[in-house]
Amino acid sequence: MGRLLLVYRLAARDLRRRPAEAALLLLAITAATTTLTLGLVLHGATSKPYQSTRNATAGPDVVARADPPPVGGRSADLAALKALAHAQGVTRHSGPYPVTHVTLGAHRQTAAVQVEGRDTASASVDQPKLTQGSWVRNGGVVVEAAFADAFDVHTGDTITLNHRSFRIVGVAVTAAMPPYPFTTWLSAPGGAQDHAVHPGLIWLTRADARNLAQQTASLSYVLNLKLADPAGAPEFVKEHTPTSPVGHELKPPPGLESWQEIGQQAANLVRNEQRVLLVGSWLLGLLALASIAVLVGSRMADQLRRVGLLKAVGGTPRLVASVLLAEYLVLALLGAAAGLTLGRLAAPLLTDPGAGLVGSTGAVPFTLAKIALVTVVALGVAAVATFVPAVRASRTSTLLALADSARPPRRRAWLITLSARLPVPLLLALRVAARRPRRVLLCTVSVAITVSGIIAALAAQAQLHAQHASGSSGLADPRTDRLNQVLLLITVMLIAQAAVNAIFVTWATVLDTKHSSALARALGATPQQVSAGLSAAQILPALAGAILGIPGGIKLIAAVSPSATTTPPTWWILTTVLGTVLVMAGLTAIPARISARRPIAPILQSELA
Amino acid sequence: MRSLLDDDEGTLMERTGSILRTRGLRTEYGKGAALVRAVDGVDLDVAAGETVAVMGPSGCGKSTLLHLLGGLERPAAGEVWVGGRRIDELSEKALARMRRHAIGFVFQAFHLMDELTALENVELPALLAGRSPRVSRRRAAELLEQVGLTDRAKHLPSALSGGQRQRVAIARALSNEPDVVLADEPTGNLDSAATLDVLRLLDSLRSAGQTLVIVTHDSRIAATADRLITMRDGAFVEETRLTHGTTGRLSELAGLEG
Repeated sequence: MGRLLLVYRLAARDLRRRPAEAALLLLAITAATTTLTLGLVLHGATSKPYQSTRNATAGPDVVARADPPPVGGRSADLAALKALAHAQGVTRHSGPYPVTHVTLGAHRQTAAVQVEGRDTASASVDQPKLTQGSWVRNGGVVVEAAFADAFDVHTGDTITLNHRSFRIVGVAVTAAMPPYPFTTWLSAPGGAQDHAVHPGLIWLTRADARNLAQQTASLSYVLNLKLADPAGAPEFVKEHTPTSPVGHELKPPPGLESWQEIGQQAANLVRNEQRVLLVGSWLLGLLALASIAVLVGSRMADQLRRVGLLKAVGGTPRLVASVLLAEYLVLALLGAAAGLTLGRLAAPLLTDPGAGLVGSTGAVPFTLAKIALVTVVALGVAAVATFVPAVRASRTSTLLALADSARPPRRRAWLITLSARLPVPLLLALRVAARRPRRVLLCTVSVAITVSGIIAALAAQAQLHAQHASGSSGLADPRTDRLNQVLLLITVMLIAQAAVNAIFVTWATVLDTKHSSALARALGATPQQVSAGLSAAQILPALAGAILGIPGGIKLIAAVSPSATTTPPTWWILTTVLGTVLVMAGLTAIPARISARRPIAPILQSELA
Repeated sequence: MRSLLDDDEGTLMERTGSILRTRGLRTEYGKGAALVRAVDGVDLDVAAGETVAVMGPSGCGKSTLLHLLGGLERPAAGEVWVGGRRIDELSEKALARMRRHAIGFVFQAFHLMDELTALENVELPALLAGRSPRVSRRRAAELLEQVGLTDRAKHLPSALSGGQRQRVAIARALSNEPDVVLADEPTGNLDSAATLDVLRLLDSLRSAGQTLVIVTHDSRIAATADRLITMRDGAFVEETRLTHGTTGRLSELAGLEG
């Protein structure tokens, strides 16, 4: 107990001695754990709203649809659809309801929509839940909520369907279909295909639906089924779906879809975000690891004398390692707690399913396992980054530590020879870089990770743009908006984390080169040359990292989303590389400038002391 | 008005052959009761080719004076002139440029770059002054030959003895052929044998007409100087002209010959 208390006291005092470093480290870990938390809580986050929509609308267990054959002008096989209503295991049904495709016009925009003819009375299965207004009546339509949101129409607006005017009397949600832009019924095998990319959904009366259809034979029909065993819906679908499409061209059988499949499609709204967040959180975790490694490394060099003192007064190597480890583990725990809290608060903003589903994901799935995972990752990152330097420091001889002799710099003869031919700032930069190759590597890797993330985000953006351009509706897509938000969030967090890393690395370099910079100035280098040299020592690895990040990002997006084949435009990539170098120059300029303006004499005198 | 005065002082320095001059030089550390005047009203003139030794107890302000002379520290008051140019009002950039050509430093702790060989350390000031790599390297090789370390040119400082390191540091100080070499306890970290090597080297520099200001505790070094100044509490308390320009016998006295 006494030993634990001692470790706690020593660790706490050391943290208090350097509050800025502790705060930066805490920030780095918090950023990583927040993103990881977001990624984890998004898993299955949409199941609750879909469930609540199912409950509120008496959602069907199976949706069946019959389409007319693509050729021959024959009608859909209504008899086969009606037969399903009496199949074994079916307890209730609603429909069949006529469905047809029409063109919607409103706000000088047009869009392809599917209209479903419904009874004015409530249905026992799939009665859409009104979020605004009232249910359908002749001349009055109800618009699916997510589509109404995207098209920006409201109750009371007048719209045209195939050039006929209708009044919007209500806005509603359904569980028979995923929300817009997924509102596409499964087409029957061999049936007329739905050519609209993201058709909206509108309910109107049966009579209005029939009137809108150019001919009765072109109508499709939808039947909603309730089963005795809702969980067995996939088996029901399998049992009633023909295995071979042969001969279906003339008489296509009904297509069926279980509520589980619909729920999965509804979850698509956040699936991409979840993927992006998870990958982003791992990238941030790696950056946090780099942050901690740089910070711990520089602090170890800085506090070697303290290690010597601890050992001189009887501290064992184990105690020394424990104190150093304890400091970072405490910060990791705080970072994990902050990350979990922030992640939990931010998750509903990303998981809000929009207008297409009732219910809220405010109560995100925040299980003990997820809390444990985030905490373990944070502790693991801190432990991995701290372990080697802590053990190295604890094993350093007491006399050497008390003398506080700096770690001897590395020598790279070819770099020194090369640097002699360069202007003074680059000469200094190469020599600074040559002293600590591992730190240069960390800087390069850190920037490469960040740029990979940015390039992957840009590739995702380019893909979204391409999809948007090829889409027919031209309407706002909630998935795109949400994915854009997440990509922006991850990009900002990656840049923030990389910025923290850049400051850490520069500051560590500034401390490490304090003496050589002062000496260079004593020998005739100007403060501007020293400052430019210190900055360039970070910018050159950053440039290498940015260039490496280009293929890294393209490979990353290919791994995360194999279907994404669009690469960002060249000017986006060049801007990213140039921006990275400029940001790095800006971030390193301040510490480099501070370092280059320190008085020379005290530094050279302190080396003597 | 100021520039006229400056010009007058510069002209005066030229006329008197003075290369280094201070007037009313003062610097302080701390505040209130803890105020310490490290250098307190020092007036100094060093003629070109002269060797001045500054002695005094630890903490009397010798090293601070040297830093002020070389522009490594700024005075609280007073003036510092190097080669006819007032330097205490220069910007950091201008000071650095001045140091390149006018000042060579030799430190007690050598202050060699650990990752550079002896040759690379010596050529560094020339590279920083913008000389070509070839010229810098040739000059460095000549200087190493001059200090008797040609065979150690490619050794890192860690592979050199203390005396050898200080000889490398002296060679580095001479890289840009400075007006003045400022040496701060050049033998402070050396054993007797290494001290003798450095003393011989400094004596040869003095003989070659190099202006030297040496802060030291070592009376043997002081004995090689043209002038000995004693400092106490930041001020000059005694000044002795030793040899009237002839040091041969004093070198002998110091044990440098024979």
